[in-house]
Parts: sequence; C-alpha cells; structure tokens
Amino acid sequence: MDSRPKLHYPNGRGRMESIRWALAAAGVEFDEEFLETREQLQRLQNGNHLLFQQVPMVEIDGMKLVQTRSILHYIAEKYHLFGSDLKEKTLIDMYVEGTLDLLEMIIMHPFLKPDDQQKEVVGMTQKAVLRYFPVFEKILRDHGQTFLVGNQLSLADVILLQTILALEEKVPHILTSFPYLQEFSVKISNIPTIRKFLEPGSKKKPPPDDSYVRTVYTLFAP
Amino acid sequence: MAAKPKLHYFNGRGRMESIRWLLAAAGVEFEEKFIDTAEDLDKLKNDGLLMFQQVPMVEIDGMKLVQTRAILNYIASKYNLYGKDMKERALIDMYTEGVADLNEMILQLALCPPGEKDAKIALIKERTTNRYLPVFEKVLKSHGQDYLVGNKLSRADVHMVEVLYYVEELDSSLTANFPLLKALKTRVSSLPTVKKFLQPGGQRKPPIDEKSLEKAKKIFKIK
Repeated sequence: MDSRPKLHYPNGRGRMESIRWALAAAGVEFDEEFLETREQLQRLQNGNHLLFQQVPMVEIDGMKLVQTRSILHYIAEKYHLFGSDLKEKTLIDMYVEGTLDLLEMIIMHPFLKPDDQQKEVVGMTQKAVLRYFPVFEKILRDHGQTFLVGNQLSLADVILLQTILALEEKVPHILTSFPYLQEFSVKISNIPTIRKFLEPGSKKKPPPDDSYVRTVYTLFAP
Repeated sequence: MAAKPKLHYFNGRGRMESIRWLLAAAGVEFEEKFIDTAEDLDKLKNDGLLMFQQVPMVEIDGMKLVQTRAILNYIASKYNLYGKDMKERALIDMYTEGVADLNEMILQLALCPPGEKDAKIALIKERTTNRYLPVFEKVLKSHGQDYLVGNKLSRADVHMVEVLYYVEELDSSLTANFPLLKALKTRVSSLPTVKKFLQPGGQRKPPIDEKSLEKAKKIFKIK
C-alpha cells in the first residue's frame, strides 16, 4: 500500500504551495513536516535527505524528490494532470511555465523591502493584465471548453487558479476585464477535490504574514 | 519532410544556449534567426509569434514554442533524452533543475552591478564545489556507469556538461577534484554532433563580451 506523500517545508505557502495544490487537485492526501528551526533544516541536510540542501522536499514512492518543477512533473504525470500526448503535455508545460513566472513575483513579494512592496503589486498587476491573462482568456474563448488543454483538468488549470486567487487577495478586481477567466475560476474552484482544498480546515496555507517571513529568514538566511 | 527547427533569439548564449546544446546532442540540425535590434523583437511581438511576448522561441513541428523549460522538455521527449520511465524522468528532472539553478547564477553575472560581482562570483564558486558538483560526482561514482541516469545519454548529461564548460571558463581549477565529471565532459564532447557543435564555425556561442551585452540590453530594453 502506498503511504501518503510527506512534504517538508516551513508552515506557509512559498514554493511548496503549488505542490499542495497539485496533490489536492489530484485527490491525494498528504502529510506535512513543518520546518521551524535551523536545527531541523540542518538535520535534513546532514542526513543527506536534501539532494541540493534545499526544500521543498517531498517523500513519495520511496523517493525524496526536490526541486519544485521536478515534484510538480512527477505528480502531474502520476495523477494524469499532464494531458494525453506530447503535444498536449507541451502546451501544458508552456502555460505552467508562464504562470509560474507570474507566481514567482507573488512568492518573492513578502521578502521585498516594505517601500518596494506596493510598487511590486502594481508591477505584478500589470504583468498579469497585459501579458498573462489575455493569453489564457483567448485560449478559453477560442475553444470554449472548461479546461485550458484537452478538455480535461491539467496542471495548467491548477497553477493558473492558484495564481488568480493569490492575485485577487492583493487586487480584488483583477479579473474585471476577463469574463472567460472569471468563469474558469468559478468552474475549476467547484471541482470537488479543489472545492475541498478551498474550504477552511484544508492544508491550503494562508497568505504569508510577518511570522512566516521571520521563519524563512531564520531558516534560510546565511 | 520536416523543416529544421528555427530558433529566435539574439546572437548570444542567454537562455537559448541550453536549447542549442540539447538539439546538438540529439543530432538535430537547426536554423537561427537572430534578433539584432529592439525593432526586430517588436516585430515578433506585433506579429503575435511570442505567446508571452518573450524569447526564446523555437519553431518546431508546426508549433511556436516558448518558455525555455517547455522547449527543452519537448526536445528531450521527442529525441529520447528523457529516460525510459517516470522514476528515471524524476531523477533527470531533479538533476536538470539543480544544474539550471547553477546556470542561472552564472547567467545573471553579466547583469550584475560591478560592485556586487566579486561577491557573486565567490558564491558561484562555493556553490559549484560544495553544493552541485559533489552531488553529480557521487551519482557517477555510486553506479560506475558512463551517464548520470539509466546507463544511457540523457538531457541531464548534456546540461551538466554545458555548465561544466561555464564553470571552467570562470575558474579552470573548480573541476579539479571531480574526475568522473571531467570524464563525462570528455565523453559527451566527443559525441560526433556535439563535437561539431563545439568546433570553430559550430553553432555554440562564445561568452558574452561588452559589445554584445550592450546590444542585448538595447534589444530587451534593460538598463
């Protein structure tokens, strides 16, 4: 019997949140070991559990997977979130990579100087509204289907929804000019596994706060 | 008959070089259309050829692929450089991503303010010898095979060897204590299509010089 995947990361979103989303969307229950002290991180490092001394790390199927994209790919392939052939997989890859570029701005945001943070919200809003959202709006409009690729749920839908919701936390009306993305957001949120993940009490993490930022500096700052 | 893949980028390494290496290792001939001016890039954007208004872009098999990793993943899958099953793919992915992190540090050096350069170089050297190279040397030692995964050439070997060249360009002594990696470098460099790629007149790009950097900054509107 497969034991549940085990996630090693601080108790917050960061680079692990996409992985939590992907597992949740796939309906896979997982356990978490939260890193709180430098000693815990060092124990993982000294015990050779982290290939490049870094987290995220996910114990799954007898492996200790590291590197966010490697973990996402493994989950996507195992749980059929990667399309039905190479062409679909490639579209999903392109959409995910573009979305991750936008998500990266959100991930780094809490670690900017306070004076730069508001400017960065403007920057990420512009990028979302001018570069990324129009692409996905057009894709959805052109094929009229619920999902971005191949008429079935894929990693591309999951990461895009994660990113939309994270941006809406900072800029509530960011989808105003994107009716197809609004509909997409509602439909994907209502998929049973995802709806469950969006309910209180799930493993979805809250927006980063000062406590999370402090923990990250404690763990990872030189 | 399939047309050759066509690469759209400026005439320099940047984010396209790993794609050039992988195509070369796969034995795939490719064409390049160089972006020389900001107007060239604007034309690609205005013609709707760049999904996210960015390059690299590779025209291949009727698609206009963007996003470096998506392009690399496609090439690796198509030309059987991506392992034989999920577990091999997971290993290849992890190794590839680790190498990409190191490569990214080296790539960003060109854009680093002069005052910060020494510290960045010191960090790259430290990470190279303490975090990255030991991992791959250990992998090769543990199985004693010629290639990193599955006893067969994969993209992981190609990306590794590419970054070994950059590491040695920075400081040739950095690879001194990694004999198995040096052997891998020789082995991959000797593959006929890679050898051709690396020769004078081949499509490998040289390290960026001051003039090319200024030109690239103008194209991408970087201050």
